[in-house]
Amino acid sequence: MNINLDVEVVEEDQTITLTLRGEIDAYTAPKLKDALLPLTKKPGAEVIVDLEQINYMDSTGLGVFISALKSTKEYDSELKLIQLQDRVRRLFEITSLDSIITIESTVRGGN
Amino acid sequence: MENFDFVEMKVPAKPEYVGVVRLSISGIANRMGFSYEEIEDLKVAISEAMTNATTHAYKKSEEGDVTVGFGIYENRLEVMVADHGGSFNLSNVKEGIGPYHQSESIENLREGGFGLFLIEALMDKVEIKNDYGVIVLMTKYLYANEVGLDDDQISTTQ
Repeated sequence: MNINLDVEVVEEDQTITLTLRGEIDAYTAPKLKDALLPLTKKPGAEVIVDLEQINYMDSTGLGVFISALKSTKEYDSELKLIQLQDRVRRLFEITSLDSIITIESTVRGGN
Repeated sequence: MENFDFVEMKVPAKPEYVGVVRLSISGIANRMGFSYEEIEDLKVAISEAMTNATTHAYKKSEEGDVTVGFGIYENRLEVMVADHGGSFNLSNVKEGIGPYHQSESIENLREGGFGLFLIEALMDKVEIKNDYGVIVLMTKYLYANEVGLDDDQISTTQ
């Protein structure tokens, strides 16, 4: 059990992968925002956020991804969320944010 | 009067304790027999209420506590989250509750407006009182267990 958040960044040319582990809530969301937002400010960058090991997220996480999305529009970069657990995906669906944020459509657990 | 157990926690109004309260509800709901999905709903709902209480309630003064109460009934869990900060503006929070609509431009999209919307989406009943501080009272019923109650009783040793 890990109620904290670990963030790992791997940059390969224009593709930046952010691998997250743990839980995103009011306490850990600022850490995510600090890590994610600067990456979206690189024009042409494709920022991929791997959520496979995020087993809890709430509206504070949605807020961070909305900020990041706005930033990509401003700096001409891209944001993509991948490997969402069903629970996390459901939050994007309930709020209809899945219609504006690019979310990998493959079902988790398929590989 | 209906029998129930009551568990009360008082935690500092700081984001650090949102996760701690979330673990507590997970334990209580698990013991009551809620399903995995329902427990996940409860965790999000109580975290949203805690987040509101810690970020809105004590903006001016750093000191403050949030009181969380769990009413454990045979057929439902009642959760109360109360802050006594008094500076929480309920009408501001209630404005703009709801899912994202395609017509909204991304620039105007709110970053913190989904908390109360999620509480209402995930719980069966939600009441918010704003007399002295803010009290969020939310209920989730144990529907699944009502169906399986007879089965359980057969295997119970007296």
